Amino acid sequence: MRCWRSMVVTAMLIAVGLAAGIGRPSAQAKGPYAGTTLRVLGANHPWTEAIRPLLKEFEGRTGIRVNLEAYGEDQLTQKLTTEFTAGSSDVDVFMQRPLQEARQYVQNGWYADLSAFVKDPAKTPADWNFDDFQGGAVGTERVKGQLTGIPIVVEHEVLYYRKDLLQQAGLPVPKTLEELKRAAEKLTDKPKGRFGFVARGQRSPAVTQFSSFLYGFGGDWFDPQTRKAALNTPEAIAALRYYGDVLRNFGPPGVLNMSWPQAVAVFAQGNAALYTDADSISTNILDPGKSTVADKTGVAPFPAGPKGAHMYSVTSWGLSIPAGSKHKDAAWEFVKWATSKEVTIRTQNGAVVPGARNSVWETPEGRAKFPADWIAAAKASAKGKSYDRPLVVQVGKARDIIGSAIVAAIEGQDVEAAAQNANQQFQALLDSEPK
Amino acid sequence: MGAQHWEGRPVMTDFLDRHVRWIFPLPALVFVLVMMAFPLGYTVWVSLTGWSLSAGTPADFIGLKNYPALFQDERFRLAVVRTLYFTLLAMAVEVAAGVAIALLLDRDYPGKRVVNAIMLLPMMATPVAIAMVWLFMYEPSAGIINYVLRTLHGPTPLWIAGPISAIPALVLVDIWEWTPMIVLICLAGLSGLPAEVFEAAKVDGAGRWRTLWHVTLPMLMPTITIATLLRLIDALKTFDIIYAMTGGGPGYASETLNIYTYQQAFSYFSFGFASTALVVFFAIVLGMSLLMTGTRRIVEL
Repeated sequence: MRCWRSMVVTAMLIAVGLAAGIGRPSAQAKGPYAGTTLRVLGANHPWTEAIRPLLKEFEGRTGIRVNLEAYGEDQLTQKLTTEFTAGSSDVDVFMQRPLQEARQYVQNGWYADLSAFVKDPAKTPADWNFDDFQGGAVGTERVKGQLTGIPIVVEHEVLYYRKDLLQQAGLPVPKTLEELKRAAEKLTDKPKGRFGFVARGQRSPAVTQFSSFLYGFGGDWFDPQTRKAALNTPEAIAALRYYGDVLRNFGPPGVLNMSWPQAVAVFAQGNAALYTDADSISTNILDPGKSTVADKTGVAPFPAGPKGAHMYSVTSWGLSIPAGSKHKDAAWEFVKWATSKEVTIRTQNGAVVPGARNSVWETPEGRAKFPADWIAAAKASAKGKSYDRPLVVQVGKARDIIGSAIVAAIEGQDVEAAAQNANQQFQALLDSEPK
Repeated sequence: MGAQHWEGRPVMTDFLDRHVRWIFPLPALVFVLVMMAFPLGYTVWVSLTGWSLSAGTPADFIGLKNYPALFQDERFRLAVVRTLYFTLLAMAVEVAAGVAIALLLDRDYPGKRVVNAIMLLPMMATPVAIAMVWLFMYEPSAGIINYVLRTLHGPTPLWIAGPISAIPALVLVDIWEWTPMIVLICLAGLSGLPAEVFEAAKVDGAGRWRTLWHVTLPMLMPTITIATLLRLIDALKTFDIIYAMTGGGPGYASETLNIYTYQQAFSYFSFGFASTALVVFFAIVLGMSLLMTGTRRIVEL
């Protein structure tokens, strides 16, 4: 595959060289990087599908060719990691999950620091306007002083609720976790196959959506100052107990095997009344083609816990340039274009994926595909926490450790023992990492 | 004259002649070295390093340190137990059912070829596709299996979503997929048995059960052992259906050695530690295979 690709690239370079040699002026007129071919690695994500049809315009304007490959998110991480480790990568641009892999990649020196590009007026005109990006979203991308990527998708945890069911039961839209629990209990009718609440119960995927519960109870993963794990604090144990209880008592069977696709399926088939998850997956619930409850579903900000409403508000995806790219300037042209206001308006409109540019949310096209309550919920969440998982290098391992405690809570095991056990393992992980 | 002719032989041919017993197997030897010995040796080497991309440690030699750490990991020990549980359960049912079905089908009946062809289908289907279909069927509230059970007022288990039922549910998929292989191997074995022995048994007045126990099964034993050995090695290494259906969940309830190793390598990027687990895994597979071949020799005697 690689061999084949490099042959094609070589052939194209030769062809371009020949064309330039014969003196075809058009290649020159298109821009300084005409004839360059960029290898772009993306995830199977609505954003990727939205950008793909627009690539022709970019290629036509700049003369840069873009080869866009898309993989499942875990496969993408694996592919990037193995290619960068082997040191033979010819990737020029990649989609990255800053919270999942940025710390590991920074540690290994795999990013080109984009702040050099952003600051250089020769490479980035002022009207591209970096200040337009939401502060929290850019903050997620900054790791140890490096700007690892430009945010393309932002995410907040929200509450999806069935308007009709709440209304029939005479219940208000839950504003606190206490109200959420009461509503979930009242709306559960197990013989009829209706469940009051659904959320992720699968070990690793559950961690990010559990985070807002943890923060709401006043807990956190660890203390960044002392690097002391905090999974066994009374706040964390209370949050674990709450999450486990509502899912065990009012959730559907088989919740332990549910990540968002399974949980969405339960909700979209009308079998659950309340559902907490990321706002970025809303199309699966609010699109009548995909959901039987599209017109009956409302979106509300994540309910407040005993210590207030502290939902996560993060950059889930960004565009990055690897340190090893041989076409960094051309790659920056692409990143700049893909994250420009004009293109963001179109991806936000086409794929219904929330972007990070403030100005786009002021345009009617940028807002068009999003319901008013969705926008209000996202806006109310904008000041939330900038991480939905612990900020460590070994994110995968940390998620498994925390996830085991969540699973134990849902199964109805001894929550305190599970939290102690997880805390011990998590502390060992923290101790093994440089500060 | 003849002697002169011999002296005039080209040096090259001479060389080939003298070393022919080395040169002919050379391509095979190179293949084995490059494709089998090198990866194995490299894995053993990596298992002696602390190479981890997430911890940022390079591939430096650390001796055997990974091995005690591995055996101290409770997750690893449980994964070994689950691997054996999965393998033995799957193997026992598959061999028993496979031999029984083969004995039933070992006769002439209309549509025999069609039945044999149909039996090939589960083996030919893509494992991930199989996993997806079973995933839908196992769905506790909307899946077809629990729908049927509910209609019949039976119990509705959680299948792969329950910590205790996860492995038996996965074994069921494995049984569905691989029992036909045992059937086909045994059918081939049965068709190769000499007819005279059965006639002799008949003449001696042996009944059907006696013939089965004392003639058919003993003669079929070598075939059954080979089929069992094949299944054993394969079942130990099962990865695709488990990864696609549960990913080792719920919690770690279906995390077998293969899934554990995969997580260490491609989720935690601890290549040194993952290689250690692989080396131990390899030793387990090798050990069990040797055990089985040893048994086979005894059976054949």
